[in-house]
Amino acid sequence: MLTGLWPSPSGCEEFVLSFDQARARRLLVIPALFDEGNKLRHFTVELMRRLYEGGVDCFLPDLPGTNESPAPLAEQTLSQWRDHVAAAARHFRTTHLLALRGGAVLDPGILPSMHYASARPASQLRTLARAQALAAREAGNPVTREDLLAEGQAKGVALAGHAMGAQMVRELLAAQAPTAAASVAQGELGGGGLWLRAEPAHDPQQADRLAELVLERLA
Amino acid sequence: MATNLPAPTEQAEDTDLVLRQVLADVLGLSPERIAELHSDSGLFGDLPELDSMAVAGLLTELEDRLDIIIEDEDVDGEMLETFGGLLAFLNDKRSNG
Repeated sequence: MLTGLWPSPSGCEEFVLSFDQARARRLLVIPALFDEGNKLRHFTVELMRRLYEGGVDCFLPDLPGTNESPAPLAEQTLSQWRDHVAAAARHFRTTHLLALRGGAVLDPGILPSMHYASARPASQLRTLARAQALAAREAGNPVTREDLLAEGQAKGVALAGHAMGAQMVRELLAAQAPTAAASVAQGELGGGGLWLRAEPAHDPQQADRLAELVLERLA
Repeated sequence: MATNLPAPTEQAEDTDLVLRQVLADVLGLSPERIAELHSDSGLFGDLPELDSMAVAGLLTELEDRLDIIIEDEDVDGEMLETFGGLLAFLNDKRSNG
């Protein structure tokens, strides 16, 4: 496993995790978004280790504004993230793309792609708004999800610790994932989706199974 | 009157099953631990990992799997305090919308 930086169109050097032996099959991995990206991080990297052992080079670039990125999250938009993914595909000369959960919405449609347990970002955004509303009420400042989302669309809002600009909120509410060449549903893995976990967790069997399915469908 | 709705007891058993499954997925509990949950088992307040983000995810997942809508004002400490309380709330939502 290698870690490195690459010149993203975000204007910053962005971090990438790569498993690269300059082989023919090169997979760009788009992470799940926001809290789900954190919860699935271990699973995502374990999946990449398995795919690498299966003969596929893998690349997981940070989305600008997340993880090690020096860019502020509040300044990011979904369109910029999509450009960043397209630029990463060119930079790392990837041949295929795998998107996890809400990451499917960032699939720029330029490579044969596979979506794992694809989710609508609007639904994830509403869950983040619900968490924010619950926390605000516990703190004695009740606010509704609708108020938070209206504020978000007008001037941006921080939801459960994720600072989002107005354009990001508007784009997330409207976004639809493009159709992928192949998809994998959670039901095919056995067990519940790890993004549901209250605490980040890993399940080696689910990672084994997803790697098997990805390798099968890439072939 | 002919109806396609499941009989109330059947629906209540189904709700119980779905709630246990969703709690297993959220808390990462084994089937044995999940089977041990009873009506007085404490949830919010007793389980430190059930923070606001986890509760939000739990409610969204229950909405999706039970095809119900849970309003912000439905959610209070009492409804989330015990397994039995949450189950009663969900059964009521499914019967009365």
